[in-house]
Amino acid sequence: MAEKDVRLMKGNEVIAHAAVHCGCDGYFGYPITPQSEVMETLMELRPWESTGMVVLQAESEIASINMVYGGAATGKKIMTSSSSPGVSLMSEGLSYIAACELPCLVVNCQRGGPGLGTIQPSQGDYMQACKGGGHGDYHLIVLAPSSVQEMYDFVGLSFDIAFKHRNPVMLLADGAIGQMMEKVVFSEQKPRLTDEEVAEQQKAWAATGKGQRGKSNVVTSLYLNPEELEGLNNRLQEKYNRIKAEEARWEEFMCDDAEYVLVAFGSSARICSAVVEQAREEGIKLGLMRPITLWPFPEKPLADMAARGVKGFMSVEMNAGQMVEDVRLAVEGKAAVEHYGRTGGVIFTPDEVLEALKNNLIK
Amino acid sequence: MAEVEIREENKVHARPRLITDTVMHYCPGCSHGTVHNLIAEVIDEMGLEDKAVGISPVGCAVFAYNYIDVDWVEAAHGRACAVATAVKRLHPNNMVFTYQGDGDLTAIGAGETIHAAARGENIVTIFINNSIYGMTGGQMSPTTLLGMRTATTPAGRDAALNGFPYKIMDMLTHLDGATYLTRQSVHTPAAVRKCKKAISKAFENAMAGNGYSMVEVVASCNSGWKLSPVEANRWMEENVMPNYVMGDVKCSTLPK
Repeated sequence: MAEKDVRLMKGNEVIAHAAVHCGCDGYFGYPITPQSEVMETLMELRPWESTGMVVLQAESEIASINMVYGGAATGKKIMTSSSSPGVSLMSEGLSYIAACELPCLVVNCQRGGPGLGTIQPSQGDYMQACKGGGHGDYHLIVLAPSSVQEMYDFVGLSFDIAFKHRNPVMLLADGAIGQMMEKVVFSEQKPRLTDEEVAEQQKAWAATGKGQRGKSNVVTSLYLNPEELEGLNNRLQEKYNRIKAEEARWEEFMCDDAEYVLVAFGSSARICSAVVEQAREEGIKLGLMRPITLWPFPEKPLADMAARGVKGFMSVEMNAGQMVEDVRLAVEGKAAVEHYGRTGGVIFTPDEVLEALKNNLIK
Repeated sequence: MAEVEIREENKVHARPRLITDTVMHYCPGCSHGTVHNLIAEVIDEMGLEDKAVGISPVGCAVFAYNYIDVDWVEAAHGRACAVATAVKRLHPNNMVFTYQGDGDLTAIGAGETIHAAARGENIVTIFINNSIYGMTGGQMSPTTLLGMRTATTPAGRDAALNGFPYKIMDMLTHLDGATYLTRQSVHTPAAVRKCKKAISKAFENAMAGNGYSMVEVVASCNSGWKLSPVEANRWMEENVMPNYVMGDVKCSTLPK
């Protein structure tokens, strides 16, 4: 067996490597801290000379997301990356992309808000990512990596899910994971699909030029007839229900005998796993449920835990209380649900989370 | 109406092959239909039917994709040149063009247009400039002339109140990446023929990889202007056209 290709890298850098390795066709982006290393790394890697991947620095996030829209409309594997204020600018485009059912990947390496906020890490965009951001009834599929390895693995995974459901996927990371260096194991280079393969695979909808297809394809989200637009919405909702049934992902840590459970994603989950170990040493039966998909939100494991008698849940987030609403919806009043969070780019310590658990839940 | 047989030798015009039989929603007298026909003819004559991808705007021409039978992507308001940039970069052998009005292109889409031109993207923009927002009901656009009455300038556009109009094509002449810039009209048969040549030249420029091209069509919007089609064309000749240099504004090659 060939030796593993192991590297020490920043989360943002591995996003770029992963994009090339998984056969991504195009990246369009605009610089913003704390994720600028994604495009910088791509420009160093020069994938247009190796795999033929297109990389372009756009004039704004508005232009980048519309380039993603255009590229994805031709059936290719297209992505962008940004951070919170930039993703706000992309929200209109994301609504169009979701309406046209275009597969693509958007990485949000979150920073503190609102407004210009800070360049320090945050999880303040949970609502924006999972509940909309743009206009209309649509959903992104949202994945939350909590390690540099997951930053790498989730790029290819996101494209697989995006193409499986013809739906945009967001990788919701944060400035901590983006900037942090960790060991990462690289996968083998996957070849990009040829233009002919893309035209054949996506011939039902992609605007690649009529070619041998014979009939023209139009990518649009305009339906002036109310019944037609309702038809699109009904189709989308059916798809979203399918995604809910098939794509929810999560990880449990010491939940089997837990009386109390922390719910945390991304960077927060790393801190919370330390909290669990600390609590166990003190004799508190604490577990951690880490949602890997934020949308669809893994409701079932929480509902099951509540049903089997977990006394309380604490949603630990780097925000003022966003995911906690989904935890409450999943638990349906069967157990206490509290929130603990810090904002502004402040990262909590395991001690303060444990303290909050004792004060808010165990009492 | 009885079928009239037209002998081949007497035929001067027919519906272009790539124009679908969908009934156009444009008002009688509107310039869009004429320009659509020209684009369809040029694509057909250049053998680009299989390679053409149009980017339609938000505005009256949003439904261009129902009328010209090639692949289309409908862009968000103003973003056509960004969408076209990606399509062309990912499919360099395709003929990628945007079709935009003055609201879409010079107001909300000015940034995307200028940067696509500045980068020298190998795309063509067909810019229908009728000095007004047609679809939303006749409001002022950046190209509305001073003194011109619109729904949002009911007393006539006043520079102090509404700002000055601007000519985006004249701005684009300064950009290295913009190599073919031409201003045309379609209000007379002679003008239509010239406009078609300009569209061909722009498409050839893009396919040759020689950077960004724009064909601006100074057009009328008789509904928005509250005039009959004939009066609108006359008003355009007397009031709009003197404000613009017609014909080729820039023909160059990309700097080495």
